[in-house]
Amino acid sequence: MRKKGLQDRVRLLGRAGIDVVAALGRSAIFLVRALFGRGGAGSAWQLLVKQLYAIGVLSLAIIVVSGAFIGMVLSLQGYSILSKYGSEEAVGQMVALTLLRELGPVVTALLFAGRAGSALTAEIGNMKSTEQLSSLEMIGVDPLKYVIAPRLWAGFISMPLLAMIFSVVGIWGGAMVAVDWLGVYEGSFWAGMQRSVDFTGDVLNGVVKSIVFAFVVTWIAVFQGYDCEPTSEGIGRATTRTVVYASLAVLGLDFILTALMFGDF
Amino acid sequence: MNAVNEYAVELKDVTFRRGPRAIFEGIDIRIPRGKVTGIMGPSGSGKTTLLRLIGAQLRPSRGEVLVEGRNLPALSRSDLFDVRKQMGVLFQSGALFTDLDVFENVAFPLRVHTDLPEEMIRDIVLLKLQAVGLRGAVELMPDELSGGMKRRVALARAIALDPQILIYDEPFVGQDPIAMGVLVRLIRLLNDALGITSIVVSHDLAETASIADYLYVVGDGQVLGHGTPQTLMESDNPRIRQFMKGAPDGPVPFHYPAVDYREALLGSN
Amino acid sequence: MQTRSLEIGVGLFLLAGVLAALLLALRVSGLTPGSQGDTYKVYAHFDNLAGLSVRARVTMAGVTIGKVTAIDLDRDTFTGRVTMELDSDVDNLPIDSTASILTAGLLGEKYVGISVGGDEELLAENGTIRDTQSSLVLEDLIGKFLLNTVNNK
Repeated sequence: MRKKGLQDRVRLLGRAGIDVVAALGRSAIFLVRALFGRGGAGSAWQLLVKQLYAIGVLSLAIIVVSGAFIGMVLSLQGYSILSKYGSEEAVGQMVALTLLRELGPVVTALLFAGRAGSALTAEIGNMKSTEQLSSLEMIGVDPLKYVIAPRLWAGFISMPLLAMIFSVVGIWGGAMVAVDWLGVYEGSFWAGMQRSVDFTGDVLNGVVKSIVFAFVVTWIAVFQGYDCEPTSEGIGRATTRTVVYASLAVLGLDFILTALMFGDF
Repeated sequence: MNAVNEYAVELKDVTFRRGPRAIFEGIDIRIPRGKVTGIMGPSGSGKTTLLRLIGAQLRPSRGEVLVEGRNLPALSRSDLFDVRKQMGVLFQSGALFTDLDVFENVAFPLRVHTDLPEEMIRDIVLLKLQAVGLRGAVELMPDELSGGMKRRVALARAIALDPQILIYDEPFVGQDPIAMGVLVRLIRLLNDALGITSIVVSHDLAETASIADYLYVVGDGQVLGHGTPQTLMESDNPRIRQFMKGAPDGPVPFHYPAVDYREALLGSN
Repeated sequence: MQTRSLEIGVGLFLLAGVLAALLLALRVSGLTPGSQGDTYKVYAHFDNLAGLSVRARVTMAGVTIGKVTAIDLDRDTFTGRVTMELDSDVDNLPIDSTASILTAGLLGEKYVGISVGGDEELLAENGTIRDTQSSLVLEDLIGKFLLNTVNNK
């Protein structure tokens, strides 16, 4: 039992591969059925509002606080490096570009995966283990439409908004540190920023990034909950998987998106 | 409704496999209309799977599952939801929607499937809650209820649409004697008062035998026997006897299949 | 009862999102409504435009009057051709104006500075600025400096 022949190892590898492909297929079918299927119940708008609250509004605090701190730290670090070259005025553009292109979308997605994603997985897993999903099905309501779809949409809508709020708070936090504390001239701080930040190139690309992240993180979170083993250990494992997979997916995708968007610079 | 057919639910030669393992191998079960039928068997004998087959949440590998004369595995998704409206299921954990209060839980099937005005929904919900004795709890949330109360609210929800078939999944598990007595009485009462067909899936022998008109005993993927509780009690089949008497060892062995004990201790060489 | 506060919360959240988008557009990227106004295209050829990039500013007397929209190589003259879009308000540039590539600060970004000429004729749409001054390349400067010191010995 302990010694495994080469054949067994290859077989295990093949089995793992099949499992991965099967899970991917299941999650794709799951997504399509949740987004485009029929058979929901109740007012879709009401359900969406409820989830927007649970997913978006309740994530606001952590997003605002982390955004402010990250902007302030960026400003401090940027100042200490840039002042060596006598170009402290570039702090503004550095903070803004870093936040808009990278940290805004990425950190928001990571925080979102930890705060809202894990909660989604646990909630849906719990509904599965207490047979609420089965019960919906027996009442004649498709849980994919009633439970899953509003959560997916709420995630898709919330995260880009959260990312923009994150960037704005970060930039103002950075401005506070640079202008009020470190004494960078306010006019050049903002002017440098406005000169170098391009609306389509930087702001919109950042928003596109966060839309992609929103899609991936919410999808992973909701699917892990729906597909989990309906026991307390199963839910725990699924929650961990959500955070790990979502974070890795965000970081990997961020590299690809950055290469596509800013690669020619 | 098909009046000729005296069976509300029929499983014909049903086989269900999960992976390579057959959970059921060619079983036949017929549930008589308007009676309380108990489906019993030891833990792990696939009773919940059987229930899910009847609810068409699982699809058999082979065979037919007829509910009111309609073969579930052959139905489309929307027809299936239609058939399910005639079935109420009481899940083991109650499965109340945790984000809705008691009133909304019971009102949920009504809101989904009917366009009744609000006052009428209110009346029906209060009526159903009155039937299970919990009209006073309308405003509570599910997590404020005890286990037995949850199950009763779930029962009220299951009968909200006046189903023709009511399925109970392990209704007696984890209940104190009073809650158990209440449930036993309710199941019998609802069955007789509403003229519905009840299926009780359970391993609690005494309670199930006390209310069931007819019993099926399943195990090892087979129907071991069926009949009225009386006849099963007097059955000669050793497996049924073991189950009905609750003997620790018998045809269902005490030991999980293993290599010879002496061999395992001394090593195979 | 509960849905009301829920909806208010969500409403505020959506508002905050929209406000953030507006701030990013107007305050951070300096997008002013109407700045997308009329522009006209002007070309300039440089022997060397190292360091200049698309979206660089075009200024006159320190005032931004346009931006670089394209940079490519002229295959016939082997010079770098810079396409600039200038604000239509500044439509009175003489045709002999000079375009030079300048650097903001010692290590700052490159931009195009235009100094005014004296000709009566004005630059028109798709006109070309003939008089150009290339980018300062540090290596060339150092090379020249070294050569001078060697020669002076």
